[in-house]
Amino acid sequence: MHELLTDETGKKLFLLGNEAIVRGALEAGVAVAAAYPGTPSSEIGNNMLQLCRDPAAGLYFEFSVNEKVAMELAAAASAAGLRSLTCLKHVGLNVAADVLMTLAYLGTKGGMVIVNADDPSIHSSQNEQDNRAYAKMAGLPMLEPSSPQEAKAMTVEAFAVSEALELPVIIRTTTRTAHMRAPVELGPLPRESRGPGHFVQEPMRWVPVPAVARARHKVLLRQTAAAEEMAESSGFNRLEGQGKTGILASGVAACYAADALEDLRCGERTSFLRLGFTYPHPRRLLRRFLGQVEQVLVVEELEPFQEEALKVLAQEAGVPVPIYGKRSGHLPRLFELEPAQVSAAVARVFGLEPREAPRPDLSAVPTLPQRPPSLCKGCPHRETYGAVKEALAALGLTERTFFPSDIGCYTLGLLPPIRMTDYILCMGSSVGTSAGFSVATDQKIVSFIGDSTFFHSGVPPLINAVHNRHRFCLVILDNGTTAMTGHQPNPGIAIPPPGYDRTRVPIEQVVRGCGVERVRKINPYRRAEAVEVLKEVLSEDGLSVVISEAPCVLYAKRAGGKK
Amino acid sequence: MRRMRLLFAGVGGQGTLLASRLLGEAAMASGIPVRVSEVHGMAQRGGVVESTVMLGGVESPLISEGEADVLVGFEPLETLRALSRCSSSSCIITSTAPIVPFTVQLGQAEYPDVAAWVGFMERHCRRVVAFDAQATAGKAGNAKTVNVVLLGALLGTGILTLSPEAVREAIRSKVKPGFREMNLRAFDLGREAVP
Repeated sequence: MHELLTDETGKKLFLLGNEAIVRGALEAGVAVAAAYPGTPSSEIGNNMLQLCRDPAAGLYFEFSVNEKVAMELAAAASAAGLRSLTCLKHVGLNVAADVLMTLAYLGTKGGMVIVNADDPSIHSSQNEQDNRAYAKMAGLPMLEPSSPQEAKAMTVEAFAVSEALELPVIIRTTTRTAHMRAPVELGPLPRESRGPGHFVQEPMRWVPVPAVARARHKVLLRQTAAAEEMAESSGFNRLEGQGKTGILASGVAACYAADALEDLRCGERTSFLRLGFTYPHPRRLLRRFLGQVEQVLVVEELEPFQEEALKVLAQEAGVPVPIYGKRSGHLPRLFELEPAQVSAAVARVFGLEPREAPRPDLSAVPTLPQRPPSLCKGCPHRETYGAVKEALAALGLTERTFFPSDIGCYTLGLLPPIRMTDYILCMGSSVGTSAGFSVATDQKIVSFIGDSTFFHSGVPPLINAVHNRHRFCLVILDNGTTAMTGHQPNPGIAIPPPGYDRTRVPIEQVVRGCGVERVRKINPYRRAEAVEVLKEVLSEDGLSVVISEAPCVLYAKRAGGKK
Repeated sequence: MRRMRLLFAGVGGQGTLLASRLLGEAAMASGIPVRVSEVHGMAQRGGVVESTVMLGGVESPLISEGEADVLVGFEPLETLRALSRCSSSSCIITSTAPIVPFTVQLGQAEYPDVAAWVGFMERHCRRVVAFDAQATAGKAGNAKTVNVVLLGALLGTGILTLSPEAVREAIRSKVKPGFREMNLRAFDLGREAVP
């Protein structure tokens, strides 16, 4: 049995934030979930994929081709009355944003939770956008845990809030809260079985033609106001202490603030507002907070989201309390916070010296050798890169060729000695940007995309390239799995995980179906043959697709070991 | 238990995450407030891997410069890299067996002199336990038990008010049956490695 199905109320498990969210969803009776993997959200889907094989979980789960499709799946399940969940990384919400903005208008029936994992400091992403802005833009309630126990409790609560308001609810984590492990006390699992959902046709509700959309926008504003009332009285928003200095914090920043107050022994002099139900802003609570302090420090990562809301409120309420944070330079807008930064900012508002233990003088430590990540030993991507390089050299094209690429392990082809990654925007961008470069330049363009990324968002731009006669060679690095995020299955999966019985969609068929005429397959480990095929393809202009097929060595080893 | 910040630093594949998790499980079973922060993603690609174990009610998942009460270094270069997070009152437990990065193999950088830097740590920090944890792991039957050897050494120093038996119990319940005895042996050899 999966550990997360432990049916023992009160028992404590040592869970990752992401696992706690899964447990919360199970306790809340989630029936349908879908996701596209992305760090730091991936463990949610990984656990759900294992769980959905156990009838006791009562869960349908799939890794969908992309975040938009996953969110549509969850939205439909909710419209049919079931509790549903989707999880994604911050940039994944960009992909699903088209769904999100109108889903906010249509609303939901069964509780629906969107788990959004931000990545401040860009540990494993292409930007560090602050997705709290999405809650505001869509007008949706948002909860932000600061511990695994809270992550579980908030997930249970989010389903209830969603059902009460008929709106999807966002749970926003960050790398640190998603990957923090701590004791989590289990609640009861639901006893009743969840029957199939049933969709009630109601076009004036579910079909956002302009007349309906206008009516639904009105409903959204009313429900956002109702959500604000829930935030006012939420147990996740706690005002502790009566001191004259206010500290407002949420998420992992609240952890740093709490430790700083403890280490500096300033707790007594503080009014500490810990926000967990962070949007809509609980304005009466914030007003009360402002009323009992003489200065405020807002501790949050990335954008001044709470700080600006508090300043607007202070202006409306005519409270001339100084509010410090990002604008004042107490804390940076860049990257995730560190405990010492928060401690220094807290010390500064109290007029104290930061507490620092005496440290050894490390000025004699030399520059240490780095351990940059690199493609694994025996990785097929290395071989493909080598073959392409060799073919280009043989044709004398090395100088005039460059390489739009995409998101996955193969992005590491950026590093020497490979150096074959020249331009990336986002998932699937290799194909669309290759088309753009082929129009804008007369250079030779060879681009790279992985199998999972191709399914995610490589197909529409490939159709576009056929139709508009763009000229580039797209190399699809088909290692049969979504390797970067931990070997999740995708529609082209070559070695399915145990018990995974779904239909395989061969990439070659998709490529031919898009209308590409010049399609070749290579085995990257057969260098001489691969180079010959590549030379033939690269010597011509026009559009071509080369599918380089060989399983991810890590995954093949692991799958082999499980037998 | 008083508030303590422990930093585990190593190289992908060395099992730092499992070691911090076992310590966390043992603390939880002993009723000690605990939080572990894990770094996911690059672990299998030979990069630097860090995790933290916060005991006694510390909420923060990260450790800033000078904040670590204890540094457990799974590899000497990584111990040295993490040294800025230590203060003069820190305890350091480190393996002395290098895992040479490919940047050194390519001649782009030089691997530091391990003995010299262990000496530096001994002069500047409260307590240093340095030994070849890989050799000890070999004695336990598998070089992959380096993580549990170091966990044993950490418990062997007596700086945690946590019983070794609690960790042994965590090993029994969390390590796959086929590897249990070997890991328990590694844990005990690690404890004995502390002078």
